[in-house]
Amino acid sequence: MDAPKKKLRVATTSLAGCFGCHMSFLDIDERLMALLELVEFDRSPLTDIKHCGPCDLGLIEGGVCNAENVHVLREFRRNCKILVAVGACAINGGLPAQRNHLDLRDILAEVYHTSPGLAPGSAIPSDPELPLPLNKVHPIHEVVKIDYFLPGCPPSGDAIWEFLTDLLAGRTPVMGHGLLHYD
Amino acid sequence: MSDSPALPVFILDDEEIPFTPGQTIIQAARAAGKYIPHLCWHPDFAAHGSCKLCTVKVDGRMGAACTVEARAGQVVENRGPELDDKRRTLLQMLFVEGNHFCPSCEKSGDCVLQATAYELGMMSPHFDHFYPDRPVDASHPDVLLDFNRCIMCELCTRASRDVDGKNVFALSGRGTASHLIVNSESGRLADTDFSVHDRAASICPVGVILKKRVGFATPIGQRRFDVRPISAQVEEDI
Repeated sequence: MDAPKKKLRVATTSLAGCFGCHMSFLDIDERLMALLELVEFDRSPLTDIKHCGPCDLGLIEGGVCNAENVHVLREFRRNCKILVAVGACAINGGLPAQRNHLDLRDILAEVYHTSPGLAPGSAIPSDPELPLPLNKVHPIHEVVKIDYFLPGCPPSGDAIWEFLTDLLAGRTPVMGHGLLHYD
Repeated sequence: MSDSPALPVFILDDEEIPFTPGQTIIQAARAAGKYIPHLCWHPDFAAHGSCKLCTVKVDGRMGAACTVEARAGQVVENRGPELDDKRRTLLQMLFVEGNHFCPSCEKSGDCVLQATAYELGMMSPHFDHFYPDRPVDASHPDVLLDFNRCIMCELCTRASRDVDGKNVFALSGRGTASHLIVNSESGRLADTDFSVHDRAASICPVGVILKKRVGFATPIGQRRFDVRPISAQVEEDI
């Protein structure tokens, strides 16, 4: 009798993401049960694990927009054998990168300080507990090496399923017409 | 037996392609229903040669299929890992040079740049992004210009000059600072005689020249390149 196959360990996170890629991941629906036969989850918004441990696969949604994003991304890179940029934001900064042509101080001042409707004395939050935003939003491949990219905003459940089953079977994922999209 | 003398042929990826002397490789290939990736070439206009996506190997040498004339007996390589790899690199360069945020672009699903990147399986931008900052021109009552998506194919320039007779657009600047400009003293589209009915208004292969108030009208799944990949739409005008 064969020994039960060791499950692959998978971590996921959302940086400057909208959680839409995670929702699209859950859109694989009942195939999630089949996936759980093959993998177990490490740190993820879907688990209670606080830090990423040694993993076979890391799935990253969202670009990098603040200092904490950089720390988390580096922790994932240190621990994951394969790191995947999932979705438009992780790949090219996505729609949040539309702030890149604006001055960060102006943005923060407009939202927290000068915007009508704020309580008197409202100011840009400055508690050291809060991560400082970066001057610009960056794709994650500008911070750490990325092994695979899965485009889409978000990638469809079918695309994510195709990608994961290819990867888990040791094949280089190939997205055909209808599965590969950037929108 | 045919009455007319047989046309000369060249070989494109192991297939014989007939051509009329004077045709370029891409013209003959299109007439035969064969897809050669391209962005700046359009069947109604003279070759431009800026995008380089149509690069093929002609008798072992690289050449742009939009400018190299077809000759009898030529052996032309088109689709294959080597050329498609180079094309993917060219696409990645175009994607990082502009702000191609497809999720919010009205042209998504109907965009030649995007459809070509799908065709060639572009999964990542590979390079660092430029994030250009060129202000949108929304001055015209019927048309909006987002210059950050321009790939400088000059189809609008050519259509405006050669078809519409108006000379509304031009390229300006040098090197990476090259960009599309509007040919009016103020630089605004509203101060030209540009009309939404001009050929130039509907020729842009990407999302620079957009008609106002008609965005997102086509349901997802029914947009032009949702239906069939660009390589299956060779004979339809772009």
